[in-house]
Formats: sequence, structure tokens, C-alpha cells
Amino acid sequence: MAESHVTRHSKGPVTYLLRAFAIVYLLLLVAWPVALVVTHTFDNGLESLRAVFADPDTVHALRLSAFAAVVATAINTVFGVGVSLLLVRSEFPGKRLLSALLDLPLSISPIVVGLALVLVYGGRTGWFGPTLESGGLKIIFSTPGIILATAFVSLPLVIREVVPTLREIGIEQEQAALSLGASTWQTFWRITLPSVKWAVVYGVVLTLARSLGEFGAVKVVSGNVLGETRTATLAVEEKYLNFNASEAYAIAFLLASVSVVAIAIVSILRSREKRISS
Amino acid sequence: MSIEISGVNKNFGDFVALQDIDLSIPTGQLTALLGPSGGGKTTLLRIIAGLEETDTGSVVIEGQDATHLPVQKRNVGFVFQHYAAFKHLSVARNIAFGLEIRKRPAEEINAKVGELLDLVHLRQFAHRLPSQLSGGQRQRMALARALAIEPTVLLLDEPFGALDAKVRKELRDWLRRLHDEVHVTTVFVTHDQEEALEVADSIVVINDGRIEQIGTPDELYDEPASEFVLSFLGPVTRLGDRLIRPHDIEISRYEQASVANGPITRWTRVGFEIRLEVTPVDHPPIQVTVTRAEASSLGLHVGDQVWLRPVVGADQVRT
Repeated sequence: MAESHVTRHSKGPVTYLLRAFAIVYLLLLVAWPVALVVTHTFDNGLESLRAVFADPDTVHALRLSAFAAVVATAINTVFGVGVSLLLVRSEFPGKRLLSALLDLPLSISPIVVGLALVLVYGGRTGWFGPTLESGGLKIIFSTPGIILATAFVSLPLVIREVVPTLREIGIEQEQAALSLGASTWQTFWRITLPSVKWAVVYGVVLTLARSLGEFGAVKVVSGNVLGETRTATLAVEEKYLNFNASEAYAIAFLLASVSVVAIAIVSILRSREKRISS
Repeated sequence: MSIEISGVNKNFGDFVALQDIDLSIPTGQLTALLGPSGGGKTTLLRIIAGLEETDTGSVVIEGQDATHLPVQKRNVGFVFQHYAAFKHLSVARNIAFGLEIRKRPAEEINAKVGELLDLVHLRQFAHRLPSQLSGGQRQRMALARALAIEPTVLLLDEPFGALDAKVRKELRDWLRRLHDEVHVTTVFVTHDQEEALEVADSIVVINDGRIEQIGTPDELYDEPASEFVLSFLGPVTRLGDRLIRPHDIEISRYEQASVANGPITRWTRVGFEIRLEVTPVDHPPIQVTVTRAEASSLGLHVGDQVWLRPVVGADQVRT
């Protein structure tokens, strides 16, 4: 209460100026451009969306993007929760190195990620690729490669959400569960996971949004073959370069709306959760 | 004997937490582990629970060697200082947790949870979340949760440490009555000597990783084995070559056979009690506690010359 009082008193012209600046900045950088994508999509009513869904190759691209994003998110969720537990609940040599490595995917360019994956898994000259390919598993220029690249770039998002929450809840609840006879596994499912539920959900949504939008790494590893390995983001570029701007906007609109809807749902759920628990 | 601890040592890196601990805790009693923070009492409790491993030595609970038994298998109830409430579960589900893990039939769980809710007076809060309870209520819930599994021993780690003074006192009385009702072997850790003296059947004083003394509250208070025990169980002051409690000093305004004499240099009133400081010429200042009635019947004032000696039968330790 006291805190809000202080803010109310200090609300001078500077506050309003800063507020206006922030709003204008966000408008110019985010809201306006995104809004333009929406208006361009509906320039001819629903015509461009209809065209998108009429083209089997574009539908395939959308499906492929959705599939790769869902699989990559599933992988990163399981992996992310596991690694978070490892980072917070145990001590081992090299822990700080691991923690630093986990941020790498966010800091290096996705194009570099793509090239690196080709170097390792490339079918002809890759370090590991020929072995896998002779075993019948094609990675580069194929769906596994797309999933791999997508998972790589969105790797830290679940971890970065879950780690602080795990730290915050501490280990006493888990120890209490153990003392009441729960096994480690039961403790994880009944106590730890429900306690970090919202961090996991938020991490999953961010991962999904990031995965759907991945372009650079996927462009390198997919081969961009129409109707086979072309994802939705690659299709946007292709349409745009081929002067089919309206369909490019329509696909972009679809991609953006999935992310917006996902984040909106989470913030609604989160605020409701807060109301209940407080 | 319910818990037999022998030859237990525990180090954390270079820090010696416990050193050669031998301790027997009798069945059905309420035992306090008392000592200053960092003295090792919580470590000892966590070793009994299985939340901490011993470096050497053994722990036997009800005749069963538990030294290497994991916490899940020990059937101990553990209550944490900060409650460790399962925040996402209702009060009733918190209490039911241990029974659900043991896959007891639903009717049995419901009956047991109802019984415990009554025992800890939380019946009307059964469907609340822990965040909607006060600290004292949360701790009672944690206690019911620990009792639900019908533990062989109940272990409480500074159970009232996070509560304010009034609730602390209420819960302390309540714990004593609860123990008289339930009779489960109980060990609780505290750094509050008043809490230990008031609640426990027997007290184990632990300092610097060692046991200083074991005894009933009366034994400890009347026959402290060391200077540390005497000074930890209450205020002490030096009179001549002895340590003595400030209320065990007889004070007189008239010259008499005495150990020390000097003027009253400080006067602090705390409720019904008056704490005086007497500063003799060749002796460090001496604390003396008298009641308000005594002070006025003796006609004491700051600056008065007084003669001090131990009252007959006072506890004292020669140093």
C-alpha cells in the first residue's frame, strides 16, 4: 500500500514523458508493424487466407512447421525440466560451464547453428551424418534436421523459466514429501512438478512461439524443398520474393496469431492463478 | 529405548558439526535438543530423520538399525521450521499425503484426516490452501500431516521459531497437551531455553557439536554440569569466584557477612522485575534481580551501598 502511495506522489511530468516515450517506442517498433501485417492480410477480405489454404504446398509447409515446433517443444520441455533439476538440486563439477553453455543457443546466430548442424549431421561430409544415413536415418535436408535445428535455437527457454522458480520453492517441501514416505519419482510428480507448473507452461509457450518462427537455422538444414522440407517461415520468404506479398502476409499473420493467442492464454491463466492463491 | 545414537560424527567440509555423539532417547517422551545456533542440534535431528547421513556411528530406531535406511523407510514424522506446506494442496490433502502414498483405502484416509483436523483444530479450514492460513495454523497442519503416518518418532526442527511470541507460547502449551494425548516419542530442536524447560520431559544440551548435559529440566537447572549449561539455561552473573543466577543473590542495605559490596549503578525495570547492577571497587559489575515488592520493602535506590551474598541453596558453579 505504502509503495503505491509513493508512486502516486512522485507522478510528475517526467513520469508522463517516460510513459509516452515507452508507448511510442513500442508502437513504432512492435505494434504498428505487426498491425500492418494484419491489415495487409485482410486487404482483399479473406481472399489471401483462402489462397493459402487452397495451395497444398503451403498447407504442407504450415503442417511441417507445426509438427517440428510441437516435437521440438516436447523435447525441450522434458530436457529442460530435467536439466533445471540438475542445475538447482545437485552439485557437480562443470555445473557453471553447463549453465553458460545453455545460454549459447540464444546468443549465437541461428544461421551458425544451421551450419554447425550440417557439419555434424550432413549426409555426405558430416562428422556423424554418413554413419546415420547408412543406418537409414537422414537428418540434414529432412524433417529430423528441421526438428533438431528448431530444438537447438529454443533450448534454454524452458530452463530459464523453471530454474528461478525451482530455486524459489526450495527443497523443504520435497524433503517433507520424502519423510512422508514418497519415492523420488512420486515427489517429483506430486510436489516438484505442480510447484513449478506455471514456469513450465510459460516456458513451453515461449518455446512454441520461438520454434514456430525459426527461420535461419531451418533454412540451412532443411534444403527448402517445396512440398517436402519447406516450413511456413521459409514459405513466407519464398512468396514475398516471388511478388506474392498477399499470401506472404497471410502466412505471417497465421504464424503471429498462434504466438499471440498462446501468450494471451497464459497471461490470463496466470493472473487467475495469482488471484486464487493470494 | 526408542532412539539409540552411538558414536555419531558428522563433518561438513572442515566444519565439525557433531563429534562422538552417544544418546538414548526413551520411548514416549518429549525430548528437547537445546543449544545455540550452529551447535549441531538440527544436524543431529536431521540424522535421526535420515535427511542427513552420518560420517561414522549408528542410529537405531525402535531396535531397527536405521543408519543407512533412507528417509522414506524410517517412518518418522518431520516438522520443519518454515512448515514446508505443500502449497498447491488443500489442508486436508496435505494431511492425507502420507496416507495416499501408502495407498490406504479412501474411507480410511478420510476418517483419519477428519480425526487429525479435529486434533489440530483445523476442521473449518480443511479446504483452504496453506497460503490462506496463519503461521500457527500452518504449523499445526504440518504437525497433523506428520502424525497422519503414525510415525515411530516425531521430529520437530525449531517448530515455533518462525512464529511471533504470543502464538509461540500458545503452540508450546498446545504441543505439551497434544503429546500427553498422543504419546508418540517426540524430539524437538530449540534454541529457546524457556521453551525447553517448559515443554520437555528431558533436555539434551548441545554445544559445539558435543553433548554438554542430559537431564530433566529440574536436573539441568539445579545441577548444571558446566558453566555453559548454567549460562545457557538462564541469565548468570559472577559473584566472587562463582557463577550464579541474578535472582539467587541476597541483597542488603546493611553491612553483613557478604561476598561483595558496592553501590547500585544501574536500575532497569522490566514488568514486575527489577534488574540492578552493583559495581564493587575490586570486582566486575554484578547483576542482581529482585521483584518490585522486594525493592520497595528493602528501600533500594540507585547509588545505595549494598552487600551481596548467595541465597541459601542457590545453584552455582565454581570457576
